[in-house]
Amino acid sequence: MGMTQTQKILARAANLDSVKAGQLIQCSLSLVMGNDITAPVAINEFEKVGATKVFDNTKIALIPDHFTPNKDIKSAQQAKRMRDFAKKYEIQHYYEVGRAGIEHALLPELGLVAPGDVIIGADSHTCTYGALGAFSSGVGSTDMAAGMITGQAWFKVPPAIKVHLTGKLKPHVSGKDVILTLIGMIGVDGARYRSLEFTGEGVRELSMDSRFTIANMAVEAGAKNGIFPVDEKTIEYVAGRVNRPYQAFEADADAEYEREVHIDLSQVELTVALPFLPENARPARTLSEIKIDQVVIGSCTNGRMEDMRAAARILKGKAVHPEVRCIVIPATQAIYRACIEEGLTQIFLDAGAMVTMPTCGPCLGGHCGVLAAGEKCVSTTNRNFVGRMGHSTSEVYLASPAVAAASAIAGHIAVPED
Amino acid sequence: MRAHVIKYGDHVDTDVIIPARYLNTSDPKELAKHCMEDIDKDFAEKNKDGCIIVAGKNFGSGSSREHAPIALKASGVPLVIADSFARIFYRNALNIGLPIIECPEAAAEIQQGDELEVDLSSGVIEDLTTSKRYQAMPIPPFMQQLIQAGGLMAYLKSRQQAEG
Repeated sequence: MGMTQTQKILARAANLDSVKAGQLIQCSLSLVMGNDITAPVAINEFEKVGATKVFDNTKIALIPDHFTPNKDIKSAQQAKRMRDFAKKYEIQHYYEVGRAGIEHALLPELGLVAPGDVIIGADSHTCTYGALGAFSSGVGSTDMAAGMITGQAWFKVPPAIKVHLTGKLKPHVSGKDVILTLIGMIGVDGARYRSLEFTGEGVRELSMDSRFTIANMAVEAGAKNGIFPVDEKTIEYVAGRVNRPYQAFEADADAEYEREVHIDLSQVELTVALPFLPENARPARTLSEIKIDQVVIGSCTNGRMEDMRAAARILKGKAVHPEVRCIVIPATQAIYRACIEEGLTQIFLDAGAMVTMPTCGPCLGGHCGVLAAGEKCVSTTNRNFVGRMGHSTSEVYLASPAVAAASAIAGHIAVPED
Repeated sequence: MRAHVIKYGDHVDTDVIIPARYLNTSDPKELAKHCMEDIDKDFAEKNKDGCIIVAGKNFGSGSSREHAPIALKASGVPLVIADSFARIFYRNALNIGLPIIECPEAAAEIQQGDELEVDLSSGVIEDLTTSKRYQAMPIPPFMQQLIQAGGLMAYLKSRQQAEG
């Protein structure tokens, strides 16, 4: 029996000829990642076991991005704990505020992720790197600590769901609409413990940024990882970023899939997920009665250059509705700079939007846009759970940058006019 | 173990188990103060004697924050029984020494306030209120030792010391 793309990557990392679904294996890790929320807990565990060294100081990434620039004294203490650890153990990939960004946008941008890698990160959206044909999965802080010490992690080899993509997206429709549509089809636990493997001729029609968005939200369907084949676009993306050898894997022709899901990209609509689950996907055009208080355009899901351009195209020459706060968050310093250089920042400012520093900030109700009781927000982030962005009675509507920008202008959920 | 039940539905996510606004600390006692508050304001009061949580599908979905099982454990919850668990939470709970059991039948039938007697080593869940018994997968001996030690790291350390 053949192997899926994920299974082939895991087999290689476990130094095995083949693996099958359900098998427990021990893999060597290409990278171990943590942030200012999860790394401090991992450092506690690291110290609890009496560890005195890390397995490889070039294969650990520590990124201050959640509550940074620090929002209060306690967060500052946590960030300092991570910074001190990075200094003590000479962690090569520690990126300070002002030279960093949101981890899942930053790591690929810096070339720290390559096809065929096996990566764990103490953040559930670590699955983002599947866009590059890597196996990457979110873990907790204890697993992160063990990974920093040993350079290894154990996995149960996942079975897979094949997501077969055909056709081409309509104008304004993007990767966000595809993943919200998929989660709407299979549910928030539809891929629990499984790989989501994206295949089909439709893949080549998807930009890298759309693929990042899709892989990023694989966890919102409960998946262990989401993964894309490596094609010309992937190779073009990693060229000039990744400066080490890597190996691309593709699924065997006779790989076993538990289930196949077909999506015709040309039929995907601009989509919004209603509170309080990402599976509550509805066509955006049917929701115009929902008035909003805030719009957030950013996050590890949708804070990349294509997202900024999509929002700017719609906001250009327009004004944010008087009763709406529109917050734009470029995901990394490089994207922030490019927004200025391309004139996008000017467009946002002219429209009456706020442009903030790279941070996870409001996505998890941290800072820079926390919601009051009863407020409604259209957000390009990834979760719309109870209390996710603030008060437990506030509501988050998940959408693409295009829908978010159009909604910011209209004052209610809206689709782009043209 | 013997305790009363607090019952929840499907998809109890880690954002409601411990909202991110409290993640500026990793102190278990601080986290415990805010456990479940966004979906159950009276949780701390109901749970003052340490209740078993019984929930539906996909318990612990969402964020990978280990603060979620840490908050549950520190608030005195001795066990979570669910129809199913989200994968990162499942791993995190055991890694920090919070016992969890998957048992769809028990999750469906056991009600709020029921008193349970649970034997982790045999996987037998007895609802003393309804006199019904449920058989879950027993927690294997090494995992029980890990839970007793207080989690994966404490377990590894105690084994290192035992091996001298």
